[in-house]
Parts: sequence; C-alpha cells; structure tokens
Amino acid sequence: MATDTVQFSADERQVATGVAQDRIVKISAAAYRIRHHALNMGEVQGQGYVGQALGAADMLATVYGDQLRFKAEDPHWEARDRFLLSTGHYAIGHYAALAEAGTVPVEELETYGSDDSRLPMSGMSTYTPGMEISGGSLGHGLTIAVGMALGLRFQGSSARVFNFLSDGELDEGSTWEAAMGAHHHQLGNLTAMVDINALQADGKTDTVLRTEPVTEKWESFGWYTQRVDGNDVAALLEAFDNAAAQAAAVGRPSVILCDTKVGRGVPLLENREKAHFMRIEEHEWQTCREQLTAGYEGKASA
Amino acid sequence: MSTTTEAPDTTTAAKPKLKTSAMIASFADPDQKTASAPFGHALVKAAQENDKIVGLTADLGKYTDMHIFAKAFPERFFQMGMAEQLLFGAAAGLAETGLVPFASTYSVFAARRAYDFLCLDAAEPNLNVNIVGGLPGLTTGYGPSHQATEDMAIFRGMPNLTIVDPCDSIDIEQAVPQLAASDGPTYLRLLRGNVPTVLDEYDYTFELGKAKVLRGGNDVVFISSGLMTMRALQAAKALAAHNVDAAVVHTPTIKPFDAATVLAEINTDRLAVTLENHSVVGGLFETVASAVVTAGVGKRVVPVALPDQFLDAGALPTLHDRYGLAVDRIVAKVLAELG
Repeated sequence: MATDTVQFSADERQVATGVAQDRIVKISAAAYRIRHHALNMGEVQGQGYVGQALGAADMLATVYGDQLRFKAEDPHWEARDRFLLSTGHYAIGHYAALAEAGTVPVEELETYGSDDSRLPMSGMSTYTPGMEISGGSLGHGLTIAVGMALGLRFQGSSARVFNFLSDGELDEGSTWEAAMGAHHHQLGNLTAMVDINALQADGKTDTVLRTEPVTEKWESFGWYTQRVDGNDVAALLEAFDNAAAQAAAVGRPSVILCDTKVGRGVPLLENREKAHFMRIEEHEWQTCREQLTAGYEGKASA
Repeated sequence: MSTTTEAPDTTTAAKPKLKTSAMIASFADPDQKTASAPFGHALVKAAQENDKIVGLTADLGKYTDMHIFAKAFPERFFQMGMAEQLLFGAAAGLAETGLVPFASTYSVFAARRAYDFLCLDAAEPNLNVNIVGGLPGLTTGYGPSHQATEDMAIFRGMPNLTIVDPCDSIDIEQAVPQLAASDGPTYLRLLRGNVPTVLDEYDYTFELGKAKVLRGGNDVVFISSGLMTMRALQAAKALAAHNVDAAVVHTPTIKPFDAATVLAEINTDRLAVTLENHSVVGGLFETVASAVVTAGVGKRVVPVALPDQFLDAGALPTLHDRYGLAVDRIVAKVLAELG
C-alpha cells in the first residue's frame, strides 16, 4: 500500500510541518552532546564503534529526548516505554544517550569497556541500568520486542516498545519472523527504528547481502512504513510523531527507516573509508571533537 | 485380499513388517494405563492458580498438547507461527514483562534451531521461560529430522537452564507447577497424547532437582530418566525371573543433577546401569559419569542409550528393539554383564 509510506524529499524536510523549532533545537543539542560523549568514550577505550554512534546519534536523541516515557532514576518503572537495543555494538551510543537521559552518570562513561564497568563494549541488560535486553547476537531484538509488546498489551499497559535495529540485521531471517508476528498480532504498540548506514562487517550492505528495496519489504509485511534522513532531526521528529499518532493497543506496527551516515558530524570520519570498526589515531580524537563542535555551532548560529 | 507389505526376507517365515505410524507414535504398551494430554491439563490447572502463566507454540499446538491450554485460555495463548526463533525470542519478551510463558515446539527445533535465542534471550537474563519440547529422543519413527536424540547434550551446556526428563503422566502433572514456580528457564522433554501412568504404583512424588529410589535391589542398580524409567521398572520385574534383584533410581531432573542421591546408590557392589532415551553422548550417562569421576568413585557404569549416530526411520517398536531401548534388550544386556 503505497499510501502507507511517507517519504520525505530534501525540500519537504526543510519545511517539515508541525515540528516546532524549539524541539528541533533541543534534540539537536542532545544529539551533539551524545556525539561528544561517544568521542570521549572512544578515546578512553582507544577504539570502539564510534562511527555507528555518530551516525545514530540523531535517532537516539530523538527517541530519548522527545518520545520515550521513562523515569531516569527508576529504570524499572513499570509503565515505562521500552527501548530495546538489538545492535549490542551500538552500546557506546546508547550509553551516551542514557547519560544524556540521566540514567547513567556522565562521569561513568569513561569506564566504557573497562574491566568491572557497568558499560561493557556490547550492551547487556544484566550490566547496565536502562538496558532492556542483551543485544549483540543480531536479529534477536525484534523477536523479544514482539513478546514484550504482547505482554504489555495483555496486562493492560499503554507502554510502547521501540526496537532499534540496523540494516545489517535485515539479513537475519528472525527479523522477518518477528515482522510477520508483529503484524499478525496487530502490535500497534510496537515501533521499529532501523539504522540504514548501508554498511556491515564485511563491507557495503549492497555487496554483502542486498536488502533493498527495504521500504517495500516492510510495507508488504503490513507495517506502517516511513523512510527518512536519519540525520535530519526535523524529519525524525515528524516521523516519530506520525508513528505515535497511529500507535494503538491493536493496530499496525510501525517502522521508521532511517538513512544515516557513518561518522556523521565529524568530517574527518565522514570522509574516511567506511569501515565497520573505524580506526582513529590517538592524535585525531581532539581534531574530531573540534570538528564536531565547529559543525554544531556553525549550524546552531546559522 | 490383503495387499499390505510382506517381508521380502524369505529366510524367515513371511511376517508383515511393521510400518512407521503417525508422526507421534505412542510408546504405551497395549492395555497399559494412560492419561490423555497430561501436560495440557496440568498447564490449565497451573494457570487457574497463577494468572501470569501464558502459552505459546510454533504451529504445533495440537502436537504438543498446548491446544488444551489454548482452548481453556484463548486470551492467554499466542500462536507464533512456524517461526521458532520468534517463538522463543517472544517468550523471553513476555517473561521480561513479568509473565510466565510455556512455549512448545518439537525438541529438535527448540534445541537445534532456536538455541541462540534461548541461550541469550532467556537463559542469560535467567528469565522464567519454560521450553516444552515434543518428540524427545526416539519417540517418533520419522527419522533424524524429528528425532531429538541429542537435545540434552545440546542443552546441558546452557548455564541457568533446568532440564527435566519425565517418565510418565504423574511426573508431568507434578512437574508443570514446579517449573512455573522456579525462577529461571526450564526445558521439559514432553511426552504427549496418551501417556503411560506408571509411578502411581510407587511411593513417589516429583520434586524438581531430586532423584528418587523407586525400588531397591541387591544385584543391579538402574539409574534412569524419562520413559526409560518405565522400561527400567519393567526390566527389573523381568530380571526377577532370572533371580536378579534390580533397584531403580529415577532422576527426572537432569540439570541441576542430584549427584548425592545417585552416587550413594552407585557406590555399592551392584552392577550400575544408566538408561536414557537419548544419545550415549552428552545425556544421563555422561552426567552420571562426570559425577562418579568428580567424586573419585572407582566404578564402572554401563550405559543403555541410543548410539552416537543418525537413527533409522521406521516403526517405534522396531527401532526401540534395534537400538536397545526395549525391555528384552535391557534384560539381555544385564544378564550378559552379570555373566
């Protein structure tokens, strides 16, 4: 059903209606801080999935800063919306978002990936407050999300379930088992957000296993499907608003397909040869931070 | 005029060969007392007392007795389709919201196909996800696609997982509420359909994590689980005719294993025999063997188990005889061991 799909062109994005400027400013600032945290964590660790964190920062900022109902001080609050990180290696970005949200202290971020830290390299529910599931074995998140959405609805909760997954996870058959299951059970309380950075471990997604046409796939599975520039905060806010407007206990699940750029916000990394595990030299971290700040301040004052 | 298969083997008297029966062949003996769908009825009963219990299946409700629950509690039953990864991922998600899911499929699909999902989504966070696996071991003649001969070997390596191999309808009825009440994930080797009722003749109750001595005996001690406890009891009766006195120790919980009870029974002068409806690799025999070695008990243990190979298709009685699970084969093996 083509009418189910909302595609934003570049022009439309610039005049995205219904999204107040102050929300855009607020979320852009949060995304900037998330990126900054991610660079700091990457520097302490000397490595890490910094490229993915930078690419997904706008998605994370939007969902944590604008959409999720949660209590930072009570990560087990029963009525909370659930955010499930399926891509365990994106934990660096998720920890930055949890710090921005106030669930994890900012000063704790420097322990990322260290022995005995609550912030392991791959996200695990048993380690970190606010981490709902143990991701990392890809293709799990959406199956768990289906169960959570069923369970919450069954118990009369109005909480929503958000599952963050990557385009690489679209290779996994289990993702499509879950896509069918969510539609069959009419889980209108479930929203999937797919980070389409067109990159996976062995190279570009279209050379590893072609997943396109992604939009048509989700539509044909019966989902309310939107595809946006995942680095455009206004477009993200509008898409999440649309998803929220049609969320219901019984209804179509929704998916927001987000095209993102690995290393977004730091030109040095945006232009580096794309790699799943991006190498950043010791002397480059400060340059990265300076470029990030210059870009953010330039845009903010524009 | 009959056109049924006749044995092409002309060296013996022409005798019709048995045929592979329906997918799920009953292993009950003729005239044996049985109970119908004990798992389904036990789950309904448990659910009447615990409103957190929900049921799921992957297109095998009728074949795992889950349909009984689905009929009694349609709003608490979730059909996940022929999608086992979704089945167990969703079961974990349901448990994350505080519910107590029982999720059924065949053992082969749970163990071989959905292991990663059970391991990481249910066992690592130690959720109360209850796996119900039909056709454990050699309980179908359909061949290796459906014969879960190595399910316990696969599952024993999973931390936090409790493994239960029930003997009969009594075991299943008593185990279900205990599985629901235990915190972590569990795996039940389901016996479904008309399931023999055996243990009511003994002073026995199922206790999760406990082995029980069903009968004493001076010459042989059988350590058994699952339907092989029924066979061990039958073999013990048959051995009496040969003046052999056999004890039977039933250990329906494979993990965590009640090593104390089993070792106390094994560490005697009697011939020790393990009996399991499972491959000789990685099941009850090796569980017992590791307990024996760890305790420093210098004792030979004789396994009655399925061979480490892909098994034939065929009629269940034929296959149980061929692979040594039939009572006659057990008796012969014990007599040979005793010399």
